[in-house]
Amino acid sequence: MHPILVGPLATAGFSAFLALVISLLDGKLNDYGTVNVTINGGKKKLPVRGGSPLLGTLAGEEIFLPSACGGRGSCGACKCVVTSDVGPYLPTETPYISAEEVSRKIRLACQIKVKKDIEIEIPESLFSIKRFEASVGRVRDLTYDIKEVRFDLRNPSSIDFMPGQYVQLAVPKYGDITESVQRAYSMSSVPGDPGNVELLVRLVPGGIATTWVHKFMKTGDVVQLIGPFGDFQVHDTPSTMVCVAGGSGMAPFKSMFNDMRARDSFPGKEIWFFFGARSTRDMFYLDELRKLEKEWPRFHFVPALSEPKPEEGWNGEIGLITNVLDSHLSAKISAGKPREGYLCGSPGMIDACIKVMTKNGIDPRDIFYDKFA
Amino acid sequence: MPAFSDINPIVLFFASILTSNILLSNFLGTCSFIAISKEWKSSFGLGLAVTLVIGICCAICWTVLQYLVIPLGIEYLSFIIFIIVIAAVVQMLEMVIDRYSPSLYLSLGIFLPLITVNCAVLGAVLFMQIRNYGFLQAVAFGFGAGAGWWLAIMLLAAIRKRIENNPVPAGLKGTGITLIVIGFMAMAFIGFSGMIAVQ
Repeated sequence: MHPILVGPLATAGFSAFLALVISLLDGKLNDYGTVNVTINGGKKKLPVRGGSPLLGTLAGEEIFLPSACGGRGSCGACKCVVTSDVGPYLPTETPYISAEEVSRKIRLACQIKVKKDIEIEIPESLFSIKRFEASVGRVRDLTYDIKEVRFDLRNPSSIDFMPGQYVQLAVPKYGDITESVQRAYSMSSVPGDPGNVELLVRLVPGGIATTWVHKFMKTGDVVQLIGPFGDFQVHDTPSTMVCVAGGSGMAPFKSMFNDMRARDSFPGKEIWFFFGARSTRDMFYLDELRKLEKEWPRFHFVPALSEPKPEEGWNGEIGLITNVLDSHLSAKISAGKPREGYLCGSPGMIDACIKVMTKNGIDPRDIFYDKFA
Repeated sequence: MPAFSDINPIVLFFASILTSNILLSNFLGTCSFIAISKEWKSSFGLGLAVTLVIGICCAICWTVLQYLVIPLGIEYLSFIIFIIVIAAVVQMLEMVIDRYSPSLYLSLGIFLPLITVNCAVLGAVLFMQIRNYGFLQAVAFGFGAGAGWWLAIMLLAAIRKRIENNPVPAGLKGTGITLIVIGFMAMAFIGFSGMIAVQ
């Protein structure tokens, strides 16, 4: 053998040997056999293969905890109560768990591994969460960066949900993306149309799921939707609804308003809807919402642009949505009647709106929101 | 002055903790040293992990060096081979600890991936090679170097805790003052030199 080959071959052989040892060790050490997951004090008992995170283990058994990031420990949504001992809190959990939640034994399901028998408690409603196979139906451009996408449900063929809830869209592998990822989107369709799910998807530069929807998805593509999740929904009180949205935060409100209008539900509720955008090219559903306002006396629509250009001929409110909200709350929306806040949009917008609302006398406990994490 | 290769392993162990501390005299492994020393508890875990990894890696690399690298005459590749060994050892150590001691994994395991790229580990292994240590010496030197690093980070963490509430000039807050403190510590450790003649 040529002497120059000895070195590379020996190194490669040695590396292969170490890789073999590691994979053997992994197979031996990560084998925890069959362990039992007991849910809600014995209502359900699932024998599963140990060694994987709780979130994925449950999903394998068709129980879906909410998770916006797909198990990377970056959204903190997959909280559940673990009553048996699974060791101390991990540094990856602590940022998402408050002291009060620690006392209730709440853990992040994506971070704790199922290594032995485990007892957990989850809301009963999660049992109704299903995995839907759906095909991409009509796709419409609402603005240059927001698409309205309809999915036709195939199996199961209908979904039962409350307006304001969301689903997880499992985006298939594409291009350089070698793993399927899941992202949460609010449904803009109504429960009266249970065979379809409509989502509004804004293109996030570099976003894996939104890039797929905007650049790769074709009509007829098959995807998986998991849901419904979330408790962002209309509360059954006589209070006036003060709703604020930006961008694709329109989605849950579209569902709520269309559903309330169709079924004439919550008849005592007056509705104010503030929608903020930068310029007319970011504005959508304007004609539909103005028409709805004319036909439906208890609905008031206030669109606002923060940076309209003179040539756009904008005739609505001008200014940041928080300022427009502030002036309406202090002047037009009667403080004599109880009011509730409903917010959907970026964390920055939501935090700013909560400040404006509490300043105008809305109890923080009556402000409900859905933050884009 | 004795040559490296015939120092008593026990002497070598203490020498590599004090007189030739790998951090304070060779300045190896400084990045994680500065980053982690903010917290006492994390420093303890990381120091323990570094000690274990350097010790084990020195022992394994010595064996690989003597029975694979030198017989095949491929010393020019020892650098790469050592890096592979370190990466593999860290990976295996992490799996073993995760399986058998969840509490240890919690305090130490999360730092293990950090150590793969810690230059103190590779540095110690390379010192072991160029100084022609025997097996016992290599092991003693490895654990000694790790323990020295451990001692240094614990000392620094304690000092940083004390200066937390002191009026440090704005421009020096954080890493700046830490580097100056490390300089003082290095000077203080020079005081140990001459106690054991290793250089």
